Amino acid sequence: MKMELIVALIPLMPLLGFLVLGAGFRTIPRKITAWVGPGVILASLILALVLFFSNGKNTGPTEYHFFTWISAGELRIPLGFLIDPLSLLMIFVVTGVGFIIHVYSVGYMKDDPGFNRFFAFMNLFVFSMLLLVMGNNYPVMFIGWEGVGLCSYLLIGFWFRNQEYNNAAKKAFIMNRIGDLGFLLGMFLLFTTFHTLDYHGVFSQARSLQPGDSTLLAITLLLFVGAVGKSAQIPLYTWLPDAMAGPTPVSALIHAATMVTAGVYMVARSNILYILSPVTMTIIAVVALATILLAASIAVFQKDIKKILAYSTISQLGYMFLALSVGAFSGAMFHLTTHAFFKALLFLGAGSVIHALGGEQDIRKMGGLRKALPVTWLTFLTGTVAISGIPPLSGFFSKDEILMKTFGSSSLLWLFAWLGALLTAFYMFRMFYLVFGNQFRGTTRPDHPLHESPLTMTLPLIVLAFLSFAGGALNMPGLFGGNQLLEHFLAPVFSRSSPALQGELPISHATEWLLTGITLAGVLLMIFWAWRRYVVKGKGLLTDETRRPFWVRIVAEKYRIDELYDFLLVKPSLWLSRFLHDVVELRIIDRMVNGIGQAAIRTGNLLRYIQTGNVGFYLFVMVLGVILIMFFNILI
Amino acid sequence: MLTLVLLLFPLALLLILLFFREVKTLRVLAFTGTLAELALAIAAFVQYKTSCHCNLLFSFDWLDTLGVSLKFGMDGITLLLVMLTALLVPIIVFSTFSHHYSSPASFYSLILLMEMALIGVFTAFDGLVFYIFWEMALIPAWFICALWGGNNRIRITFKFFIYTFAGSILMLVALIYLYFKTPLPHAFDFQALYAAALTPAEQTWIFLAFFLAFAIKIPVFPFHTWQPDTYTESPAAGSMLLAGIMLKMGLFGMIRWMIPICSQSIRQWGDMAIILAITGIVYASLIALRQNDLKRLIAWSSIAHAGLMAAALLVMNLKASQGAMIQMVAHGINITGLFLITDLIQRRAGTRNISDLGGIALRAPRLAAFFMVILLGSIALPLTNGFVGEFLMLLGIFEYNALYAAIAGLTMIFGAVYMLWMYQRVMLGKTQPATEGFQDLTLAEMGMLLPLVILIFWMGCYPSFFLDIPFPDVQQILYFVK
Repeated sequence: MKMELIVALIPLMPLLGFLVLGAGFRTIPRKITAWVGPGVILASLILALVLFFSNGKNTGPTEYHFFTWISAGELRIPLGFLIDPLSLLMIFVVTGVGFIIHVYSVGYMKDDPGFNRFFAFMNLFVFSMLLLVMGNNYPVMFIGWEGVGLCSYLLIGFWFRNQEYNNAAKKAFIMNRIGDLGFLLGMFLLFTTFHTLDYHGVFSQARSLQPGDSTLLAITLLLFVGAVGKSAQIPLYTWLPDAMAGPTPVSALIHAATMVTAGVYMVARSNILYILSPVTMTIIAVVALATILLAASIAVFQKDIKKILAYSTISQLGYMFLALSVGAFSGAMFHLTTHAFFKALLFLGAGSVIHALGGEQDIRKMGGLRKALPVTWLTFLTGTVAISGIPPLSGFFSKDEILMKTFGSSSLLWLFAWLGALLTAFYMFRMFYLVFGNQFRGTTRPDHPLHESPLTMTLPLIVLAFLSFAGGALNMPGLFGGNQLLEHFLAPVFSRSSPALQGELPISHATEWLLTGITLAGVLLMIFWAWRRYVVKGKGLLTDETRRPFWVRIVAEKYRIDELYDFLLVKPSLWLSRFLHDVVELRIIDRMVNGIGQAAIRTGNLLRYIQTGNVGFYLFVMVLGVILIMFFNILI
Repeated sequence: MLTLVLLLFPLALLLILLFFREVKTLRVLAFTGTLAELALAIAAFVQYKTSCHCNLLFSFDWLDTLGVSLKFGMDGITLLLVMLTALLVPIIVFSTFSHHYSSPASFYSLILLMEMALIGVFTAFDGLVFYIFWEMALIPAWFICALWGGNNRIRITFKFFIYTFAGSILMLVALIYLYFKTPLPHAFDFQALYAAALTPAEQTWIFLAFFLAFAIKIPVFPFHTWQPDTYTESPAAGSMLLAGIMLKMGLFGMIRWMIPICSQSIRQWGDMAIILAITGIVYASLIALRQNDLKRLIAWSSIAHAGLMAAALLVMNLKASQGAMIQMVAHGINITGLFLITDLIQRRAGTRNISDLGGIALRAPRLAAFFMVILLGSIALPLTNGFVGEFLMLLGIFEYNALYAAIAGLTMIFGAVYMLWMYQRVMLGKTQPATEGFQDLTLAEMGMLLPLVILIFWMGCYPSFFLDIPFPDVQQILYFVK
């Protein structure tokens, strides 16, 4: 098969799935959907594997042009794809994790009346996400960028009878759009600077610019605004916890594994621009650290199992941005990959728990689920250990790499990142113990006894647990005798940014061991603390929240950021809307227009009196006029 | 010759219509006739593309001594708008079949008269002829709104008529003044008008007159006050004609007449006009946030979109102008689609108050899907028609002034806010008494919406086809302006 065709088919398969399922969402039987929905994603995955292996030794970037999408004057935007190590990695994450989650959804959504619609939207999402990562220029990335936002909207509000869910969906779309405007303006500035929007053209020209170039600063900041919206960083993160209104597989695929990492991918893709903008990198570091700590601290007090995971995702995305900000691009991509494994696993595990409890999401009403849900328990434990960063699970290696690189850049950054890691371990094990430890505290309906999920759901959990366990092998650092496969694989993409990175002190092995030891000790201590507090002492079931100290209430109420936005943005715009309509429009502009009209009528009414129909009067006026004209002629 | 046929065919058809009384016959005649007109437009396009590029000129000396000739022709800009008109009119005619309008013969005749006048405006290569058709278009528009409109129609259409008429008169004065400045022998031919020798002050006055005329028609803030009421009170077909096509007369006038003639003044004073247009984007979007009447909300959104198109034309660069050209078509398609759906909802639910609706998607998933696609086009999602235009326009405006683009770009956010809010209240949630027994789309209705949906994706995925049509002429005008 021709390469071009394979590359084109990778995103087209999910699109085909969407078109088929979308067109026949009422008529196609569920059995067929259950095959078509995941099947098209599997097809993409296989095609990606074919592409990967047939490329052989040739890891150089290959571009595929299909047709000119938009053109005007010197602007020419092709619909083209770029296949290089970075996009290949993303394709594998998207189709691989995507496929597993699609299989899981067959079981999870079994009884939902919107079964076909669900798979249609999921396929559309994978299509958009693939466009995002495969495009060879910014506008094609933007197609995917907005497309995944749309799918996110459609899937958060999947159960659209509930207006709360619809509000969450709308909020997600709008906050994303705020970011997208930044992205769009960033693209415009890119174009006016480099006269092209192709990666190749932009990056090859950017390389010759001086570090600290002010245009680059503006470009990178504007693009980062887009990343902030899509990847839920401060200040545009509040949509992600609300997005948990969607079905749990959606949270796993879109709001954990793939879509929210688009911002990380975008910055990694534009690595040259960012490495040349130290100011932007500093801003990213600050935003990332603030996000890590803010989200992690909120997660400690959440009661909803999915919300905890949502804040955890925000926090982990912060780590990825932190890695980017110190120039550790492959470290960020590594964490992106392992995070896709363990966070998808955790969400799907949470879904399994929710499924077993008939929709219960409050962890205070869970507990003791270990016996009833053994597979879920074990896999969930794997995910929890992985995200907490305990060796030899994948999360340890990826997070450790980020912490090392951060330390290499600044020990202060490292300290905050370290704090975040401790918080992560604490809130994750708090959740784990409250869900699986001790005795069951909830109530089960007689018609819905506690039960382990069906094979279509547990099998994906097992696969993801394996990946979360062993995923570290992808990029085992030299410290542990590994050969950093992923880093070498991605090296061509980031090689052009590495010269700028030189001059940093390499950390000695001894320091590395010491830092790893400190982190590990802290993490284990946190787990121990969580165990004592929630298993031994049985705390964390507080129902009377007014007895909490003030600062705890503030954190537990998410620092009241939503209320702040409501007060600062939503209310004023509605107020302004009313003011403009009732006062400016009706009282001022419209009245003025009508006034002019009425003045015309009144003048007409006055002038009417001149037309008396008396010929004598007309003659008189005429003679008067002639005299006046002559008089003026003489004067002049 | 084809141009003349295209122009006179609706006239002939309307004369035939006047001989019939039977509603069914009238409908069949009007619908097949307008379809035939569409076929003619496509034929004209094919001829233009394949054989000659010769502007399909038809010329006939009319008032020889005055230098007025009946000169019609087609270039790319015209073709695009003629095809839009020819496409939308049959759909609009089809949408009226489920209404029972009194005196249908007059109703359909007026629609056809409107079509003819619009085609006349777009094809006129002579200033005075342009003006005549411009005014001619106002008459059927006014009658349609005033005779078949809502309760307040008399007061509102009166304002609409006077307001737009006042603007047009200024344009006539400007045209006559220009005529006397044309090289000898004086002529109204557009080449002659382009060549008119004007002092800067004269040009500024001409610019003001043109701008006012076009700004009222489009409408551009703050000359828009006739628009929300008129769109809301018109019968559905009237709103679609006004917003879908008639609005483009003003934008077309800008690029065909105002920009080539007054480019100097636009360079000098254009910023004022651009600022007005951009203010209108934000202003109208904000007001749209709190509208409870579906039609009124769409009307306000149209002011926002029109403001962006006007600003894009005024910055006078290739990207923005090309963006405005394709957006004229996209906007025509999307707003017609939105009004069609509003009409469908109003007929079924008996109301178009957003607060009385809800849960329609539960009862009518097909309608929900069609509505969503059109809405996405309207909020400019990539791969739909709205994106191409907005992208090019904002990029062009950005090159002119980055701040303007940033403010105009707010339309991306606000558009999503009010459109999704509306969709949520109307289509999602639980059903209300008004929407309890809501029927899904019939096959015929899907057939009516399908061409629009196909175009939304076609223009979004492969816009080159549409961008290529006006490109040489837009380029030529901008080259001339330099």
